[in-house]
Amino acid sequence: MFGPLAAKPGSSKENKTGSWRTLRKPKFLHKNCIGCGLCKLICPEGCIIGEGKNTYINDELYCKGCGLCSYICPKKDIEMVPERK
Amino acid sequence: MNSMSESTISKHFEEHFFVSGHTACSGCGQALATRLVVDAIGKNNIVANATGCLEVFSTKYPQSSWRIPWIHSLFENAAAVASGIEAALRYLGKIDTVRVCAFAGDGGTADIGFQALSGMLERGHDVLFCCFDNEAYMNTGIQRSGLTPFQASTTTSPAGKVWKGNWRLKKSLVEIVAAHFVPYSASASVGFPQDLQRKVKKAISLRGPKYIQIHVPCPLGWGFDSSLTIDIGKKAVLSGLYPLVEYEGGKLTKVFKLSQKIPVIDYIKPQSRFRHLLKDEEALRQLQKVADKNIEYYKLGEV
Amino acid sequence: MRKFLEGSHAVAEAVKRCKPGVISAYPITPQTHIVERIADFVANGELNAQFINVESEHSAASVVLGAEACGVRAFTATSSQGLILMSEVLFNIAGLRLPLVLVCANRALSAPINIWNDHQDAVALRDSGWIMVFAESNQEVHDFIYQAYKVGENPKVMLPVMVNMDGYILTHGMEPVDIPDQALVDKFLPPYNPPYKLDIDNPLSLGLLGDPTVYLETRYALQKTLEEIKDLIPKVGEEFKQLFGRKGLNFVESYKVDDADSVILGMGSLCGTVKDFVDKKREEGEKIGLLRIIVYRPFPKKIIYELLKEKERLFILEKAISLGMEGPLYTEVKSLFNKPSPKMYGFIAGLGGRDITFNTLEEMLKVGEDKEVDCYFLDVDHSLLKDEFYV
Repeated sequence: MFGPLAAKPGSSKENKTGSWRTLRKPKFLHKNCIGCGLCKLICPEGCIIGEGKNTYINDELYCKGCGLCSYICPKKDIEMVPERK
Repeated sequence: MNSMSESTISKHFEEHFFVSGHTACSGCGQALATRLVVDAIGKNNIVANATGCLEVFSTKYPQSSWRIPWIHSLFENAAAVASGIEAALRYLGKIDTVRVCAFAGDGGTADIGFQALSGMLERGHDVLFCCFDNEAYMNTGIQRSGLTPFQASTTTSPAGKVWKGNWRLKKSLVEIVAAHFVPYSASASVGFPQDLQRKVKKAISLRGPKYIQIHVPCPLGWGFDSSLTIDIGKKAVLSGLYPLVEYEGGKLTKVFKLSQKIPVIDYIKPQSRFRHLLKDEEALRQLQKVADKNIEYYKLGEV
Repeated sequence: MRKFLEGSHAVAEAVKRCKPGVISAYPITPQTHIVERIADFVANGELNAQFINVESEHSAASVVLGAEACGVRAFTATSSQGLILMSEVLFNIAGLRLPLVLVCANRALSAPINIWNDHQDAVALRDSGWIMVFAESNQEVHDFIYQAYKVGENPKVMLPVMVNMDGYILTHGMEPVDIPDQALVDKFLPPYNPPYKLDIDNPLSLGLLGDPTVYLETRYALQKTLEEIKDLIPKVGEEFKQLFGRKGLNFVESYKVDDADSVILGMGSLCGTVKDFVDKKREEGEKIGLLRIIVYRPFPKKIIYELLKEKERLFILEKAISLGMEGPLYTEVKSLFNKPSPKMYGFIAGLGGRDITFNTLEEMLKVGEDKEVDCYFLDVDHSLLKDEFYV
């Protein structure tokens, strides 16, 4: 090892924080979605992808199940369901 | 449940410059704020980060959540390191294309980082300084800082038989920064994420030192469920306890008017750090006074 | 060009010719003349650099840290209280492997407050991982600046260098100094081109959290680098001599040591006085010499041992003390020669929270069976010591 402790950009991809979930996870109903994109905007993990109505989905490999997407959805189109492991 | 392939779903790693895999607590306000700020500033930025929650949960060797150049030095020198980076870019003639940001917590800004921040502001470096204000030294386990609000319980200002939590008001850092007559000094909140991004974009359109203090509720430190981070952030603003203001060149130019005002008890009820106030009418009255004073001072109520 | 200059101005002239991009300045007696002269250069357009008036020495070191991390050569100067205030950042710079050059105008440490010369400030930083050199004259400190950047910025080194000069004696004392042309300096010192930096085209994260599974290896790597530059330093000194026509950097200076019975050891400008004293004593018939230690870190153990092992008496003279123990130079020189009845072995373990276990202790005993060691790192995970510094 030579040099400062450094890391390649985005190497945190190796850390699958989805394994943290024990309680609940979001279920994207894709029924009343208006495509506002707020769920994608406010995910602290940044792991929601999508562009337009009924396209939003979380990446379960990284989602920690915080429930913020469910809270913010103005159409209640995201439900928090129990995590089954 | 979803039919997309893993490679399609994981395109969020390309869309953001602060990516998943970090070890922030579930529902962390600071992680959310960082993602919003970094998305707004884009890839041509270098970040100097102080020691704190953000630094620790985003870069444990050998992993990093950052896709822009990033450096962590010490606790109190984020502003000074950012000044050095800015000077280097100026020397290299790259200051117009590559921008500089300094990220620190409330401790690394208002307390131990105060001197370096003031020096950076006074010298006029073209740096955006973001203070992630979770109102205590969270990374070391919730100790009182200069930005801990009135009557909040922390481990070094606990509520007990004699003490009612923190006995001092928050240091008015937004005003102190504005008193350096810098182009931009503002407060923002993850309760209003689009407002936060607007303020970030406004800041980076200006040259010179800019300061944004971002209120980032902490589920673990404040004691509430991780799904309420944004709700609590909103309520802090709507109660008047965390006014959203903008100073330009030292003058107050904009405030977020409260079309609906809520009593402080609605804000503090879900948080266990204020639990001791719920049985204390007098203490609650004092806290309401703080909120009312803010509303009067910034004229938040006049819509 | 030959000029009659005070040491601080000799430093400024050398720094100017190294063309740093960022200089941070905070005043402290007796180094202030250095940054003042550099400010003049910048103010008159003679040096194109960003000159940053910082609000404390802690920030002075932090600003140049940021600049070096961006791949821009930087410089700062300080003394005693300032050095100690920025000591946190100096340890950080060494750990981040950034080749800053810092001039320390050696001065006593408070309390009581005292602005005059001794070496207590520099020796307090001897554990930091910095390369440390002590100059005897204004010409030397001038020449050391060029060589400091050359050694530090070597891609196999990447370590900061502290050039020490005695406060007032050298900083304010005037001596003739030979100042080379820019063209000659450019031949000797190439532009700074680091193997890692903050760059939007290669956006690395620097300064990560190193937990107990990896911290020990970073210290081992730093120690190894300091051990390995034993060949580089005389090489750079020789290259300097070829180009500039006067002696370059070396670990020690040996003055009438060969046939001496007694040798005085010392560092810095006091050696000028000692050389005159040695001459006087020689005239009186005493076979005495001086071994001047120039590079204090990495400490030239073998060189000192080889030169002095047959001598009768060694007089170790130093302007510092490790209070509660003895003079640090004495401790370090003494350790080279003492052959006490028990055999002694030195081990390093447990850095960065790495647990010391029965395995560690077994390894220690096993190593002791084979050979005498003085600085053996236990528990090193060699798989972490790749040439690349990130996974």
